[in-house]
This record gives sequence, C-alpha cells and structure tokens, in this order.
Amino acid sequence: MTTAVPVARHRHARTTERNSDRGARPGALWVLPATLFFGLFAGLPLVLVAVLSFTSWNGLGTPEFNGLANWSRLMSDSSVLDSLRISAILTVLSWAVQTPLALLLGVWAAGRQRNRTVLSSIFFLPLLMSTAAIAITWLTLLDPNFGLAAKFGRYLGFPDGNIIGSPRGALACVVVVVAWQFVPFHTLLYQAATRQIPQSLYDAATVDGAGRVRQFRHITLPQLRNTIVTSSVLMLVGSLTYFETVLILTAGGPGSATNILPQHMYMTAFRDYAMGYASVIALALVALGTALSLLIVRFSGFAKMRSTLEGM
Amino acid sequence: MGEQPLSRRTFLSAAAITGLSAPLVAACGTSGPGSAKGGGKTLQAWVLVDQAQNRVQNLAVDAFNKSSKAGKVKLLPISSDGAVYADKLRVGMGSPNPPDLFFNWGSGSIRSYVQVGGLVDLSQKLAADPAWKKSFLPSVLEAGKIDGKYYGIPLRGMQPVILFYNKSLFAEQGQKPPATYDELLKLIDFFKSKRIQPFALGGLDQWPNLMWLEYLVDRTGGPSVFENIAAGKPGAWRDPALLSSLQQVRDLVQRGAFGTNYNSVNYVKDGAGLLFAKGKAAMHLMGTWEVSNQVDRHRAFAEKDLGFAPFPSVAGGKGDPNSVVGNPTNYFSISSKSAGKDAAVEFLKKEMSDTAYVDALIKTGDVPAVTGLESRLSASPTPEFSKYVYQMVQKAPSFTLSWDQALMPQFKTPLLANLQKVFTGKQTPEQFVAAMESVK
Repeated sequence: MTTAVPVARHRHARTTERNSDRGARPGALWVLPATLFFGLFAGLPLVLVAVLSFTSWNGLGTPEFNGLANWSRLMSDSSVLDSLRISAILTVLSWAVQTPLALLLGVWAAGRQRNRTVLSSIFFLPLLMSTAAIAITWLTLLDPNFGLAAKFGRYLGFPDGNIIGSPRGALACVVVVVAWQFVPFHTLLYQAATRQIPQSLYDAATVDGAGRVRQFRHITLPQLRNTIVTSSVLMLVGSLTYFETVLILTAGGPGSATNILPQHMYMTAFRDYAMGYASVIALALVALGTALSLLIVRFSGFAKMRSTLEGM
Repeated sequence: MGEQPLSRRTFLSAAAITGLSAPLVAACGTSGPGSAKGGGKTLQAWVLVDQAQNRVQNLAVDAFNKSSKAGKVKLLPISSDGAVYADKLRVGMGSPNPPDLFFNWGSGSIRSYVQVGGLVDLSQKLAADPAWKKSFLPSVLEAGKIDGKYYGIPLRGMQPVILFYNKSLFAEQGQKPPATYDELLKLIDFFKSKRIQPFALGGLDQWPNLMWLEYLVDRTGGPSVFENIAAGKPGAWRDPALLSSLQQVRDLVQRGAFGTNYNSVNYVKDGAGLLFAKGKAAMHLMGTWEVSNQVDRHRAFAEKDLGFAPFPSVAGGKGDPNSVVGNPTNYFSISSKSAGKDAAVEFLKKEMSDTAYVDALIKTGDVPAVTGLESRLSASPTPEFSKYVYQMVQKAPSFTLSWDQALMPQFKTPLLANLQKVFTGKQTPEQFVAAMESVK
C-alpha cells in the first residue's frame, strides 16, 4: 500500500501532462519485472492454493479432487469461527494500542532536537530484529518464577506471574510483543509525515494564539490523515497475516486462547497435513484481508487521494 | 512430547535461528539420490541437527564410506527443531527426490509414508539376519513396527519418561520417592505444607502435560487402552481408564501439585528445569533428556541432587508398574524411491549396532537400544543413570510411545490443546473425550 500511494498521487496530479507526452514512457515494459515477480510468487501460488482447496491432499502423492467437501467443512467448523473471533480481537486491540503510541511517538520524534534523534534511533532497534529472536527473548522475560513476570505480575493483576499461561494474559502478551516490534515502524511513518507538514501552518496558528495541544489537534492530526489511513491498513491487514509471534510465544495456547486464523491455517497445513482444508482457510484469509483494506480505503475517503495540502 | 529432546537442549543456541533457514537450502537445492559419483552412489541421510549426535553419526558414516563398495553415505543435518524437521521431511518425501535414509520417531511420524508405499519394509532383511535383529532390544524394535512390519532401525538412545526428584531435598525432609499414587498424593500435601512446589511442570509447552496422562492411563488401564485409541477403535477414547486418569489430572492440579503458574512455565527455555534445579520444586516428570539438560545447565545439581524413580503404581490399576512410556528411540528408515536401497540397508546393518558407534553414543550420555551393554555403560558421563534406564527398559513389559508421536498427525494439536484445557479446568474429562472423538 505504501508504495502504491505516492505513485498514484503522482500520476493523478500529472494526468494532463501525461496526455501530452503519451508514448514517451515504455509503459508495459516498465511494469514487466514487477508483474513477473508478483505473478510468479503471489499470483501463481494463489491460483494453486485455489485449486488445492478443492482437493484432499496430505502433502504426499497426488492431490485428489473432493469437490466442495473442504468448503462445506469450513461452514460447519466451530474452531475456525473461534479463530476468526480471536483474530478480530487481536486485530482491533493491536490497532488500538499501536496507533496512539506510534502517532504520539512519531510526532515527538519529528522534532529536530538532538536528544530526540538519539532516543528515536535507539527506539527503532526492534525493527532490525528477527521476529523469532524477539519472541524467544520475551518468552524468557515472561517466565513466572524467574523472569520479569515474577516481579511485575502482581502489579498487573497476576500475583503468581501466570500471565502467558492464562487466556487473557496470553492474548495481552501477544498484543504487547507485536506492538513492541511494530510500533517503531509506524512511528517512522508518522515521523516522516509530520516533517512534511509546512512550518507556515504552525506559525500562523501561533500568531492566532493556538497552544501546542490545539496545534496538534487542528493542524498535525488533519495533516496526518493519509498517513493514519496507510498505517492503519498496514496494521489491520498485517495482523491478519503474521503469526510467527503467536507460534513461538504461545503456539495458540493456552488451550486455543490465542489460536488466531493464520496460526490455525498453519497448524492445519503443517501439523495435521490437511493441505486442502488449509487452502480453504488461506483463501478465506485472502478474502478477508482484501475486503478489510477495501472497506477502510472506501470509508476513509482515502481513495479520492485528496492532498492535505490543497489550497496551500 | 519428547519429539525433539535434544533440540530443546540446543534451542537457545543460535542453531534455532540458523536452523530454520539453513535447511531450506539443503531441502531445496541438493541433488536427488543416486547421483552417481565414481564407483558408488552417494546416499543422503537426513538427521535432526544436534552437535553431539551428528558427530557420532558422522563417525558411522566415515567408517562405512571407508570400507564400502556399494555406495557412500552423506549426512545432512536438516533442522534442530523436531517440528520443523518433520515439515521439511514431509516436503522432501512428497518430492521426486526424497532422502535415501532419514531419521524419524517411528509410528505416527512415518505411518503416512508407509501408507503410500514410500518406505522399504525391513522385515525380511531382519529375518534373514537373526544376529542383526538380536543386536537390538526387542521392545524398542517392536515399538518401531507399523502394521506388523519393521520400517526402522534404532539409531540412538532410548528416552523413557522418568520421575526425577531432588535427592538432597528429599533427604532433608525425610521423604522417599512415591511407590504408589497415594504416596504421591501425600508427598504433594507434604511439600505444599513446606511451601515447596511438589512438581515442576512446563505447561506452556503443552507436551509435558501429556506425560502425566500417558503414565496415569498406563498404570490404570494398561497399554491396551492407548493401543485401542491408536488403532482408531470405536469408543476407544471412552475407556473408563482414560476418564479416571483425566480426573486424576484434575485432582493433582487442584491439590496444587504443579503450583499455580505452571501454565506460564516453559520447558524448552529452562523454565521448569531451573525451578527443579533451584530446589523450588521437589520433583519433575520428564524424559531422559532432562539429565543431559541439567548437566548442561546446572551441573552441580545434576551431579549431586538429581534422583530418579519409576512412575508410581495406581491402586487397583491393571497396568504393570514396570511399564514405561516415552520415546523408545529414534529410527533410520529407507525411502523406497532411493536408488541405493541395498547400500542403505548395508549401512544400517553394518553401523547401527557397531561397537565403535554404540560406544560413541554411550559417551554422549545416550543409552542405545542395543543388547548386551551392561558393562559398557560405565563409559557414560552419567553411568548410574544410564544403567538405570537400560535396566528399566529391559524390564518393561511394554514401552508406550508418546501419544502425540504415535497418533496420526491430525490428532496432535487437538490432543495437546484439549489436555491443556483439562489441566486449566476449562474442560471436563467428558468434554475432552467428546472433543477428541470429533477429530477426524
């Protein structure tokens, strides 16, 4: 989404210009590498998964067509519904935790003061780490007898440190670890966007007697509108697909309290070896992700691509 | 449970992370079997990544390659994580170029390969060479059978589940390890009153929970209860022994056998092991790999305080108190698509019970499933324990394979998830049974 945005905006602004020099760019040729890459590594597998979804295959031998059996199983599978519910909760919680944090941090980090530069570069460190390493480190911290959970659990309502082993605690752990990992990325988006806001707006507001809070509410926030949408789409659609953190932290447990849909899909494919049924879940995820991002784009007015700098 | 005992030990070592990516190269890019190279074929042998084990396996490979004219063997360590290894093996076996020889856990881990005719039946080869067959402990060789046929040759040590206890702590408190389930309950109350957690349990990893159910069911109803379940007999999950064992699990939890936060404790990253080693928990039900883990991580504790005992008997139970559960061993199986089947059989015949190989295994602390080792086990770094395990398995009338390995793959996730719900009181024994019966 992020890469598509500037390109699209660019083109929109230049529509008239482009009409005059049509043919100057080798249109189809330019998109060929990206199309090939996308087709080979995203398009083709998607088609194959769609085909697999009508088969019964355990990873060995030849897949056998079984018609709509996998799809009707999806309709009557309560564990998928359960996973969907957990995914939805996790998605909403992730968004609600990460957006305000990233927004405030991003705006703060946009300042040019030296301490902010130093602190924000330290803060961006989690971006460089692998998800597996992050999850394993957190797992150690969450040990109820020897980790941080033993010391701080009681302040969080877990007197015996049993955080990751309780259904609610485990979900909270996933939200926190994911936020710890991804807030820096979204902060980066907000930092860059905040630096793009013309200083003249703030100067004018200062002359009009607006304080910092009012400036934030009436200048910074509206100016960041497109970034908020971008970041939200990334977060919401992202939380539908990532599952490494869950796999390593809780493996969907305790019981099935953190068994989000991607985790469920992975286990169905690579533990139960029900590739056909896992493909159905995968397709459901694709449909869900696409629908979600379309919805956001539609209702946020993002599709109109109105610049926040109109009239400037 | 216990599917990747040694991987657990090495998990934190960076191998875990590199182990996830490196094997991709091995799995995708290598040439298929039978790439003829000057005289003999090079056979690929896939194994789990484990430094100590791989070193010993390489000794066997080198010894074989030096003398063999039939072909050469090349060892390919795939991953240190058992689950990842199983995934990659699945992809490899589904491809036109499967590994010639591969490490596995027997039973459920290879049954689907047997069903598509992917493995070489070794029954005749074993029958034709009684000396070879007799070189392995019968109970372990039997445990590797599928539908009455042999598909695997034991490749390493035996890993029964053992009741470990803290010797100093027991001596200090004037207690002895429980011989019966009632004694076990009394010990729980006793240690609780001393503010010591009776048992360490890595509930976060889920599979340690299963060991409790496996032993309780075995003691209450004997090995046939699970044999029926594994064979998919109708109503097998409804066995009264299973229901009463699940109820015992509930009672143990409510009695405080595992403390209150066991569900947040991991085994893989030394959560439960540390609790046990620090004397904060008095006992630990775990596979034999607990010893090597403790030697690695808490040497002083392992040498001085680590005691071991069999799982207690259950009053009125049909099971033999000498029976064991756990992982009989790991096996090497031969892929039927291999172009060098005879060379592969030759390799297994010559090397897997070879004196040098077995002695090297013993030195790593393993207790190989090979007959006549009584005197040779003194070379082990933990001779007392090795001899104990060796006798325990020889005495055992049955050796029940860890359920999650023995059952077909689709049972594994629901089994562990539902059992965890029983432990945490989210499910009653009846709900557990109903949930397991609904798995297809």
